[in-house]
Amino acid sequence: MFAGTLVFALINSFILILLALGFNLTFGISGVANFAYGALYVMSAYMSWAMMRLLSLPFWASAAVSIAITMIAGALMYRFVLLRVRGQALSEVIATFSIGLAILEVFRYLGLVGFEYTLPVFSGESFMIAGAYVDMQRIAVVLIGLMLVLGLWLFTHFTPLGLAFRGIAQDERTALTFGIDSDRLGVLSVSFGAGLAAVAATIIIPLGSIAPDEGYDVLIKALAVCIIGGLGSTGGVIVAGFIIGFAERFTDTYIGSHWTMIVSLAAILLVLAIKPSGLFGRQKELEERI
Amino acid sequence: MKKRRERIDRGIKVRSEDIYALCSWREMLYLAGPRVLPAAVFLLLPLFLGVYWQKVMLSVAVFALLAMSWDMLAQSGMISLGQALFFGMGAYVSGVLNFYFGLPPWITIPLATALGGALCTIVLLPVLRLRGIYFSMVTLIIPLMLVRIIEATKIFGGTEGLSGMTPLPAGLIEVYLVTGVFLAVLFGLRRLMETDYGLVLKGIRDNDRSVTNAGINIYWFKTQALFISSAIGAFAGAFMTHIYMFVGMPVFALDYSILPIAAAVVGGVGTTAGAALGAVLLVPLSEALRGIGGLRIVMYGLFLVVFIVAVPEGLFDYIQRKYHQMERWVEIDK
Repeated sequence: MFAGTLVFALINSFILILLALGFNLTFGISGVANFAYGALYVMSAYMSWAMMRLLSLPFWASAAVSIAITMIAGALMYRFVLLRVRGQALSEVIATFSIGLAILEVFRYLGLVGFEYTLPVFSGESFMIAGAYVDMQRIAVVLIGLMLVLGLWLFTHFTPLGLAFRGIAQDERTALTFGIDSDRLGVLSVSFGAGLAAVAATIIIPLGSIAPDEGYDVLIKALAVCIIGGLGSTGGVIVAGFIIGFAERFTDTYIGSHWTMIVSLAAILLVLAIKPSGLFGRQKELEERI
Repeated sequence: MKKRRERIDRGIKVRSEDIYALCSWREMLYLAGPRVLPAAVFLLLPLFLGVYWQKVMLSVAVFALLAMSWDMLAQSGMISLGQALFFGMGAYVSGVLNFYFGLPPWITIPLATALGGALCTIVLLPVLRLRGIYFSMVTLIIPLMLVRIIEATKIFGGTEGLSGMTPLPAGLIEVYLVTGVFLAVLFGLRRLMETDYGLVLKGIRDNDRSVTNAGINIYWFKTQALFISSAIGAFAGAFMTHIYMFVGMPVFALDYSILPIAAAVVGGVGTTAGAALGAVLLVPLSEALRGIGGLRIVMYGLFLVVFIVAVPEGLFDYIQRKYHQMERWVEIDK
């Protein structure tokens, strides 16, 4: 049982890392805390579902189209809403939060809840690892999670666009003097974050089903991982993903499933109260607290 | 006879802001109108309304209280995303006092106001130093966590909650209790924020470090602001417990966090009266749109986005400006 818990904790950690990567990317580059993140995640899942069911497209095509549409939605959100309140962190939070709320509540109103609202798994096989049955989908989560983390690292360190992203994140004004357009990169950063949310939805939703409430849970999980790891720090996301992933799975097994969510919420509160910049975030002492 | 147009407020402002020497009834009316008229409407309207619209007025007043308490915190530089914490704390304190100890509403409501306010302040005390978005995230998370804790530990009735509270005397008494408190809070807070005390709070919002430099303990001021604001929210919660005769997990729901913010943003942040105006507009509107059910929250969300992007100063500011810019024709001498 212990070994099985370990295996599932590892998988859970990768789920959390996948969920948090997009939120972290957006915040790390343009400083926008995208509270519509969970809504974009749910929206892309519903879109894939609708395209498969209503237009009977194959899974890969509908997933690709819905990832593209989610990226466009993120870009539009930045261009027409966030750009106007740029720099006012709280207006940004209220604006993104209400956009997310509106999207999720529309889906709740449509009543699309149930087991038939899900995406197909890549492959139905499963096999034994350390005394626990693990299906192919969960293995895929781990592999794709690893690939995305590696891909993002390569992207931000070796491509011109990725380097521009990091430039804007480090010092916006200096980046401007080098001819990097911060408005255009802001659009791209929110769009890429939304795209990562859609990718995560495509891989993770087959393990469960799509529901509007999922949007709030995803937002809280992404927030938990990013806050504990340090907002905007990719290394922090990975470490925090493992911390929360293991903590959740072990509370679930040894204390009770009611307490799973409380663990991550309590972890956020503790980190915010003690070290708001997180485990690996850059210290910005007077900005975050006085 | 030649005429020119003259701003009404100029002379009145000069004379009324320092020394009180208004010359005519018209000028006194100009000053008192915007203050007396809403108060009169709130005091007289319940007499003419049916039972259903009295209930609507009741929730207008409750949400206006929550919105004003949000606005007061915002004016002190703390943006809360979880007014439901204040509301729910007050609701649970009065519910528990009534359910387990059998205290009557006229004891539980004042007690829950003070105790709920104190509890919220104590809960938020460790994060008082946090600024901006970090404080907001804490307030967003605490109500969510309390819901899960109640669910997991099954205290105070767990998921089913406590029911069978003593109701308030029905009819006009409950309406006048809450509208009375609403008017007192509205005018009290507006007065408070104009005094030196309020100036310090606004100073903390604008530049906390320079307020510290002036030798003022900003943590003590923030604690007091937090207590005032959460006590107002706790009153609203305690009152609603006795109206619904029920307290349970829904008191920590997102509605109680999002509607006050929507009201304050629509009405205008930083004016107190704007928050009340927003609630007066939004709550009856959502009541009229009861048929669309869940889409109401969608509507609040869209309202919030449109106002925060297009009209960030809110409606109250606009109305106030137009009122001050009112002109009249006067004859030109000679």
